[in-house]
Amino acid sequence: MNGAQLHLLWTAGVFVLMLLFIGFYCILVSRNLIRILIGLEVLAKAITLAIVAAGYVTKNTALSQSLAITVIIVEVFVIAIAAGLVINIYRKHDSLSTDNLENLKG
Amino acid sequence: MTWSLDVVLLLVLAVTALWAVMATRLIYAALGLALASIVLAIVMFRMGSPYAAVFELSVCAGLITAIFISVISLAKHETVAEIESRMKRRWKKYAPLPFAAAILGIVLTLVAKHPRSLPQPLAEGDVRKVFWHMRQADLLGQILMVLVGAFGIVVLFKSWRKK
Repeated sequence: MNGAQLHLLWTAGVFVLMLLFIGFYCILVSRNLIRILIGLEVLAKAITLAIVAAGYVTKNTALSQSLAITVIIVEVFVIAIAAGLVINIYRKHDSLSTDNLENLKG
Repeated sequence: MTWSLDVVLLLVLAVTALWAVMATRLIYAALGLALASIVLAIVMFRMGSPYAAVFELSVCAGLITAIFISVISLAKHETVAEIESRMKRRWKKYAPLPFAAAILGIVLTLVAKHPRSLPQPLAEGDVRKVFWHMRQADLLGQILMVLVGAFGIVVLFKSWRKK
């Protein structure tokens, strides 16, 4: 393990944490359902970057690539199902705002 | 691997993610996300993960962007007055985000110590062998997930037709 690789791992870790912060901020602050999905996508990108950087640094790219591909596949289906739900919610409430989703309030 | 170029790419990735989150129009946000996927695919390729990079490029930058654009086009278009009033509110909400992200990055870079040692690297293998021989149970789960996803989409579209 040389110094450049440790530096790269550290730098990638900093950017992973920054992307996680951006994604969580978007999910917490936004009221728009599509924007919440965009925040979820940013979180997924942070995780993919973390897996690939870890695989590169430990020289085990085969396993990290297969895990990254799994994450990407899961991500696609989460987004596809969530997009279908968003469209159904929009057709029912005529709005993309989470403020209008009050039906389940006790 | 060139050290400075990778840092620039990671910075561009963070900026495009910020743009995706802060863009006033949803269509620009979707395009920002696609740009972030493209930059991430370049980073992945440079980190020795070409198969995962191709998946990221084709699926995340292509398919997911198409899904987002379809959903945005199905929602109603806003008037200029609505966009202006929303922009004022959005500015208050999202103004601290770039500063907070930059401060977080600087603090993490300055405060935390670099790792002294890492576990011994494993022998480099073939991604196809790992995928098909080592992770068979995961692969089964993945196939089930794809089927569940396809079933979910069918169910969601079926409910529209009834209405």
